[in-house]
Amino acid sequence: MSIQEIENEIVEEFEYFGEDWEAKYEHLIDLGKALPLINPALKTEERIIKGCQSQVWLNAEQKDGNIVFTADSDAIITKGMIALMVRVLSEQKAEDIIKADLDFINKIGLKEHLSPTRANGLLSMIHQMKKEALKRI
Amino acid sequence: MANQFDHIRDQFPILNQQVNKYPLVYFDSGATAQKPFRVIDCISDFYKNANSNIHRGVHTLSRKATEQFEAARKSIATHFNVTNDQQIIFTAGTTDSINMVAQGLAKSHLKPGDEIILSTYEHHSNILPWQLWAQEHKGKLKIIPLLEDQSLDYTSFENLITSKTKLIAITQVSNTLGLITDLEKIKAIALKHNIPFLIDGAQSAPHMAVDLQQLDPDFFVCSAHKMYGPTGSGLLYLSERWLKELPLSKTGGGTIKTVSFEKTEYAEGALRLEPGTPDISGVIAFAEAIRFMDEIGLDSIYKHEEELVLYAQESLLKLSEVTVYGQSKHKAGVISFNVKNQHPFDVGTLLDKYGIAVRTGHHCTQPLMQCLNIQGTVRISFGVYNTKSEIDFFIEKLQKTIRMLS
Ligand SMILES: Cc1ncc(COP(=O)(O)O)c(C=O)c1O
Repeated sequence: MSIQEIENEIVEEFEYFGEDWEAKYEHLIDLGKALPLINPALKTEERIIKGCQSQVWLNAEQKDGNIVFTADSDAIITKGMIALMVRVLSEQKAEDIIKADLDFINKIGLKEHLSPTRANGLLSMIHQMKKEALKRI
Repeated sequence: MANQFDHIRDQFPILNQQVNKYPLVYFDSGATAQKPFRVIDCISDFYKNANSNIHRGVHTLSRKATEQFEAARKSIATHFNVTNDQQIIFTAGTTDSINMVAQGLAKSHLKPGDEIILSTYEHHSNILPWQLWAQEHKGKLKIIPLLEDQSLDYTSFENLITSKTKLIAITQVSNTLGLITDLEKIKAIALKHNIPFLIDGAQSAPHMAVDLQQLDPDFFVCSAHKMYGPTGSGLLYLSERWLKELPLSKTGGGTIKTVSFEKTEYAEGALRLEPGTPDISGVIAFAEAIRFMDEIGLDSIYKHEEELVLYAQESLLKLSEVTVYGQSKHKAGVISFNVKNQHPFDVGTLLDKYGIAVRTGHHCTQPLMQCLNIQGTVRISFGVYNTKSEIDFFIEKLQKTIRMLS
């Protein structure tokens, strides 16, 4: 599936919750719990993206011409957000990753997590994902 | 029983709003307190009616502004029971004040190899200026450790003192734990060894009466914004000795008697340490905020907030998943806790969805976090406007949050 198709799929999935933010967050938390963990050996200093409070580990590898991301966080809501990002951007072509506008975050009503004041390192993670893609173009 | 706190919220316009469709519960006064109408109005009145530069103009407006500024100094001095109002220097806040003291002392009082004693509780603002001095001048910082119950170990404190100890800089209230330092003990030991001491009053001055004549420190610092006043304003109290002797770390217009290109004769008193145009409206509004507190009475404020803290602490302790740090019957306005196996950031994020503003993280006290062996905490902190029913609502939503996360 293309990035856009996955984004649309996620938007549809979240539409089901409507205005019920609690259900939405419960879903996000479940996604976080289900995120396949990054290989612990990859949780190194170079792969850490420091937010002020929660931190994120991101690993990028090339496989069959696509980029594969794995990631983790010490906070579960952050991890849920990461799970969405990985679902959208992993196993995609570098050019497509760079172009992705990730508008779905806005559409599913979670854009507060990407505000620059947010202490969770997510915005930096997206920058890092794009940088990793750029390196492999 | 009706009391003066029942309707105090009405004086704080910001509290009358919904956040995420819930009525705002503001439990972050430790970071900064909200401002009552009279403080907000005071700032706008100044700019509407009296704005002018101070200490220099012959014209009527300038006189008016100067009078209001100096009246603020007098009333703030009175609040802290300081007779000579010149001992109150206006600064940009606690951090600015501590930097002025550290940079000033580094010029005369502190020598290479000297030692400064801090406590484990200290906020980064009362660590970094001293650490910078220590790094630049081969100085040493010694730290008062914690006991099992997270109170300070006053017995080992005295053992830290050597002939090289030149200053004790300590907070009156831990901004993370809410625990209150026993300043009488600190003072007795400081006097016995003849060592100057600085009190960081950022978290005490908002919650309790502080009598500087009785405490008689060498330096006392606090910030207006944590005391219902505006951001950008604060004070440095100096003892008579340091009012004369503290070397300047910054200088400029307004501090002098005469200047030539070769030399300068400085003014006496507070002006020597207040270069440049100060935050005039900020200082005047700071005094208004203090009048607001004095009219309620600091003892009443302390009692009100202590009741809230104890009530919240008791309620939290009933939840088996919660750990409360620094448990005590004597706390000033602040409680830190964690939910077992949950990141404070997650807890704070979900509470925010219910309109409850808490602080999460290390609260600018990373060394204390290291000592407690944790990454961070969730901190709730109270002001005059908080109520027990807000605490009930918070506990209910915290339980919900815990269920969602686990
Ligand atoms: C104990 C303590 N010291 C110093 C500070 C720094 O105050 P300010 O940021 O107003 O300079 C704070 C504020 O968080 C504090 O709680």
